[in-house]
Amino acid sequence: MSHLIIAPILLPIFTALLIMLPPIHYSPMRRRWVSMISTVILLILTGCLLWQTQAEGVSFYALGAWQPPFGIILVADIFSVSMVCLTSVLALGAICYGSAGEDERGSFFHPLFQFQLMGINGAFLTGDLFNLFVFFEVLLIASYGLLVHAGGKNKTKAAVHYVVLNLAGSAVFLFSLGILYGTLGTLNIADMAVQVAKLPPENLMLVKSGGLLLLIVFALKAAILPLQFWLPATYSAASPPVAALFAVMTKIGVYALLRVYTTIFGEQAGPLAGMASDWLWPLGLATIMLGAIGVLASQDFRKLVANLVIISVGTLVTLVALQSNAATSAVLFYTVHSTLVCGALFLLADVIGAQRGKAGDRLVPGRRMAQPALLGSLFVVAAVSVAGLPPLSGFVGKLMILQAASSPVQQIFLWSVVLLSSLMVLIGLARAGSVLFWRVSGNEAGPERVLPLQAFALGWLLLAAPLMVVFAGPLTELSFAAAEQIRDIQSSIAIILGDTATVGDQP
Amino acid sequence: MESLLAGCIGFLTACGVFLLLRGRTFPVVVGLTMLSYAVNLFLFSSGRLTLQGAAVLGTTDNYADPLPQALVLTAIVIGFAMTAYLVILAIRARADLGNDHVDGKLPGNESSRKESR
Repeated sequence: MSHLIIAPILLPIFTALLIMLPPIHYSPMRRRWVSMISTVILLILTGCLLWQTQAEGVSFYALGAWQPPFGIILVADIFSVSMVCLTSVLALGAICYGSAGEDERGSFFHPLFQFQLMGINGAFLTGDLFNLFVFFEVLLIASYGLLVHAGGKNKTKAAVHYVVLNLAGSAVFLFSLGILYGTLGTLNIADMAVQVAKLPPENLMLVKSGGLLLLIVFALKAAILPLQFWLPATYSAASPPVAALFAVMTKIGVYALLRVYTTIFGEQAGPLAGMASDWLWPLGLATIMLGAIGVLASQDFRKLVANLVIISVGTLVTLVALQSNAATSAVLFYTVHSTLVCGALFLLADVIGAQRGKAGDRLVPGRRMAQPALLGSLFVVAAVSVAGLPPLSGFVGKLMILQAASSPVQQIFLWSVVLLSSLMVLIGLARAGSVLFWRVSGNEAGPERVLPLQAFALGWLLLAAPLMVVFAGPLTELSFAAAEQIRDIQSSIAIILGDTATVGDQP
Repeated sequence: MESLLAGCIGFLTACGVFLLLRGRTFPVVVGLTMLSYAVNLFLFSSGRLTLQGAAVLGTTDNYADPLPQALVLTAIVIGFAMTAYLVILAIRARADLGNDHVDGKLPGNESSRKESR
């Protein structure tokens, strides 16, 4: 049993504790360097884990050597490890940007950031539904702290909404866990898949209601249509590196949806198979349209980027509803692309806002920027990529999404909604870019410049857009392998629970 | 016993949801607390109700499921921490925004506020 699987959880928590010790805590430079170096190590470790998982297939780590289904396990398959890898890439960018000065505007930025990383990595890796709840809470309480970092009226107001909503969501999560444990007798995701397949008919409706309560919780975390109103205010109020890291938080909701409704309530689940798809498909499409309208209606650049996050979530949820190998692999590719680009856009919005002085990132004429060429080219890369134009990563992602629709009905809805939303995003971004960069009011540029660490962070995240096209071959192969693995429930259950456990076709 | 417990959970949940939908932060905090009490009782009952059942093997023939008890303990700890944070945040919001409304501003205009006083 390899201990590497638990490293992405242990490293951030020990780093957070180390940063809070006096010799490091009292020196801002030491705090920054420890945090950055630890994130680099995390990136290397998750890279190794991905390489190992690709070579050896699904593996699991039983905490305290308590064997499943009784103990808590962490499961490493290509999908979950890729998400952890993505988190560490994004985190390195965000933490470098934060270390350029943003971290000193409040206290405990770095420890909270590391705790949040621990929660995110744990939520991706865990193979136990209650443990997923615990890691959700870990990442949420860290995010509550990070959200009010640097203070201010807007942040406090957004934080009250965010905290109350998520606490209500946690209560619903516990209700559904109670129902599922009471009927299935287990919370291990692999074991739940086995139990659902041989469910007695009298418990059917109870399990269904428990499963659909989970849908509400994950829809709240992922910000799907009726539950997405918190997102634009929260993300645009958060300080830039925090907003960049939050770009991956909605994806955790999508990942949990995928995990639960593919593994537990997947094709083998008998009468409960695919019970969420009927809800996710229309809601996902409606979320895309709502996000696109939000992009057109946004009055400032950060709100615009927050609406881009909503569009990406809608797209991913629609793909989750499709439940096919092509759709699941498109989920992975598009998640990587949209998370990195949206994270970079949040950072870019802050840099642009700082150089425009009083006008900030509002879409009104402002003073001349000090470095229009640098920021303009970064903006073009990000905008072309996020709108899905060739030659950058969004185009490959969009292509995989369009190919995932197999039946004519799916094609009509998915193609029209995705393509129409792309057009609206393009219009919104073109308008934002022309206002921000060209409609200057003639005043001299201010003294603000992009700091080296900020430039590195922006470059690091935006480099993904061309690199994901250059390495599109291996990456799509990886995502197809991940999709096959996550949808091949039978063999992952055999690995986790031993060969005796089988799903469906009970004698 | 079952109907009594079910009634308690239902009543707590109803009160919690009602208070959660109020406009001021204090009722919302109390509502969330009630909701988490209801959740804790509910989780407890997911291991079925047993009287005088030990959660440790080898002492009696009548066993209670120990897992819901562990789950409830975790849920209580997390619930306490979250409520404590929310209380502090609500106080901070009262100071920053000048009122204790969840949206940060009182509904209605100046005149209707005077009437309500």
